[in-house]
Amino acid sequence: MQIYRSHILVCGGTGCTASKSLEIISELESHINANSLQNEVKVVKTGCFGLCEKGPILVIYPEGATYVTVAPSDVKEIVEEHLVKGRIVKRLLPKDAKLAEVVTSLDKVDFFARQMRIALRNCGVINPEVIDEYIACDGYKALGKVLTEMKPADVIAEIKKSGLRGRGGGGFPTGVKWELASKPVADQKYVCCNADEGDPGAFMDRSVLEGDPHSVIEAMAIAGYAIGASQGYIYIRAEYPIAVERLQIAIKQAKEYGLLGKNIFDSDFSFDLELRLGAGAFVCGEETALMTSIEGKRGEPRPRPPFPANEGLWRKPTVLNNVETYANIPSIINNGADWFASIGTEKSKGTKVFAIGGKINNTGLVEIPMGTTLREVVYDIGGGIPNGKKFKAAQTGGPSGGCIPAQLIDTPIDYDTLIQLGSMMGSGGLIVMDEDNCMVDIAKFFLEFTVDESCGKCPPCRIGTKRMYEILERITEGKGEESDIEKLEILAKNIKASALCGLGQTAPNPILSTLKYFRDEYDAHIKDKKCPAGVCKSLLKFVIDADKCKGCSLCQRKCPTNAISGEIKKPYVIDQDKCIKCGACMDACKFKAIEKKA
Amino acid sequence: MGCNCGCVCVDANAEKLSEVIEKYKNTEGALIPVLHEAQEIYGYLPLSVQKAVAEGLDISLAEVYGVVTFYTQFSLNPKGKYKIQVCLGTACYVKGAGDIYDKLKAALNLNDGDCTEDGLFSVEACRCIGACGLAPVIMVNDDVFGRLTVDDIDGIIKQYKDKEIE
Ligand SMILES: Cc1cc2nc3c(=O)[nH]c(=O)nc-3n(C[C@H](O)[C@H](O)[C@H](O)COP(=O)(O)O)c2cc1C
Ligand code: FES
Repeated sequence: MQIYRSHILVCGGTGCTASKSLEIISELESHINANSLQNEVKVVKTGCFGLCEKGPILVIYPEGATYVTVAPSDVKEIVEEHLVKGRIVKRLLPKDAKLAEVVTSLDKVDFFARQMRIALRNCGVINPEVIDEYIACDGYKALGKVLTEMKPADVIAEIKKSGLRGRGGGGFPTGVKWELASKPVADQKYVCCNADEGDPGAFMDRSVLEGDPHSVIEAMAIAGYAIGASQGYIYIRAEYPIAVERLQIAIKQAKEYGLLGKNIFDSDFSFDLELRLGAGAFVCGEETALMTSIEGKRGEPRPRPPFPANEGLWRKPTVLNNVETYANIPSIINNGADWFASIGTEKSKGTKVFAIGGKINNTGLVEIPMGTTLREVVYDIGGGIPNGKKFKAAQTGGPSGGCIPAQLIDTPIDYDTLIQLGSMMGSGGLIVMDEDNCMVDIAKFFLEFTVDESCGKCPPCRIGTKRMYEILERITEGKGEESDIEKLEILAKNIKASALCGLGQTAPNPILSTLKYFRDEYDAHIKDKKCPAGVCKSLLKFVIDADKCKGCSLCQRKCPTNAISGEIKKPYVIDQDKCIKCGACMDACKFKAIEKKA
Repeated sequence: MGCNCGCVCVDANAEKLSEVIEKYKNTEGALIPVLHEAQEIYGYLPLSVQKAVAEGLDISLAEVYGVVTFYTQFSLNPKGKYKIQVCLGTACYVKGAGDIYDKLKAALNLNDGDCTEDGLFSVEACRCIGACGLAPVIMVNDDVFGRLTVDDIDGIIKQYKDKEIE
């Protein structure tokens, strides 16, 4: 194997690819060749480093120098200065938010210092398209150990002892799930991986698959051995082309190395894997719907029982786990259940990956021990709220979850505390909202999502969520009545109790949790016909600031309802009775003279 | 489907489709992978293609139609040459993606899923393309535009219109 003096790792995740990291790689290669360094320096395309906000990111070893927000035009300087002359390009180093000074290496940035990487252990470290790099990082060692030293029952016992709970949302103990599926006697069993990642605004699973696909493959083979299955399916969203491609490469390489297929490690155990692409239906993230979809049908959920452990895919016993759940398994086998159980809180062991987004300085991917407080996540890791705005709430659990308001920011994050607050862990989306976000509007946003994604099979979800959405729509348009809140509460209770699957059962959560913590905002919309955050268009007034208006008449010409009048070179005015609040005038004004007022 | 230009492209597509059907014929749960590839070939899934798939896989047209209409990725209508997808995922929404979406529709005079008369642009909402760090985000075919404001939209549309003129 060739030895290089320097390795350059470039993030090839979706976020960084969108900001031209592939172009940076080809620029790097051409400048490296131009300086005849191709035998000394190696460029490696990795998965996501996590700090997407500062992408594209590039790390040069052995120095560990990290360059952020790199543009293709910076590459020449990096090669000529850093690689040729050994001088670090200071202007591209990240700045530590608190110290306001540059730091060379990423683990010194607050963003990374407080993280603990188990599921993401290889993301941003290895080239996901080369199986040897995974193997060099102890890859497939756990599978080898399981097949040569452990009985299926031992594997299950180890996973149970580790306390690992499902990372896909529900938090069901993984070891127990495997044990249930190991019991029935059947000619065929299946192992499935849920890579449908439906929560809009979350990209943990995508990053694991893009950055470390083999860890999921290895874990699925381990699960297959534990329950006695020889076939696995990975159900992945078609919206993730890079992840799909890397998985295909990884499966092919694993087959070539004999790590998938017949008689793995010369044992009696055989295991094969297939990919299945989703087609854009959120409900297919639900376990029974996912299995119906793999069968090639409309992805409608099935009533449970029978549970998948007894009758799953093609009515055979099936284990389904989430991507991140699997990504933890090899480390648990290699380091032992006790090691894993020593991390986290009493009932939530290990770490959790969160995709932090919304109104936060460091958008990106973080992996933290369970029990870390929301304050640490938002301020220490996330770097706080941009533009000096105030933190209002964090939303977890996507359309099934709820929000955690500012007064509860010191809550330690684990499965049980989040449920107590009326939210849920979900798969790991964490959206931060500031004072400019209207909580009624956010509830409406999620309800619109559920109405859209309801599969239509059961009436409480199909009709009930639509009725709730209509009420919210009314409220945000200033047509709400005081009895609306009670109606929402009754609907919520009934839908939760009677919907067929988790989609409907959890659909009312965004409303219930915003009602609980932001009742005053609902009241302001209903009673005072005001949107305090200034988001709900119908409740706003568009007004022209007479001091800024130059009287150019552009707004008057753009107004579709002739609501604006005035004389050239004098301030114009908007007739509030005629205004339909379309905002066309505000977009048109070159002098920013038009304002929205609550 | 089909065109009046007298070319042979229709047949070439039909041939590709039957190859795809042949490839998946004995796979369990073949319908969805076949539809994915059929949409790759034709750009959308008109009735004639659905019929061919139903015949090829020996299932009812009703079942094929049921599946096509269930999943949002399958489209019964042609898309624009430049397919614009506006991310309305949560991360983008809280950063004002709704305004971007409205602006795009207004600028192109469209409703969701429609296509402009010249066949150049279609606009649709989508959910999280996984570039939340760049929110709000739109995708024009495979190009991602991030950190957008409403004021960027006209420029982006122009960029593609100019491409056509060239
Ligand atoms: C409407 C709905 C959507 C879901 N979406 C996902 C998803 O996108 N990804 C996921 O892993 N689990 C999702 N789940 C949870 C799965 O049903 C299932 O519990 C999980 O994949 C099991 O894996 P785990 O035990 O490893 O968490 C969803 C559940 C519901 C009800
Ligand atoms: S929410 Fe828009 S890219 Fe994720």
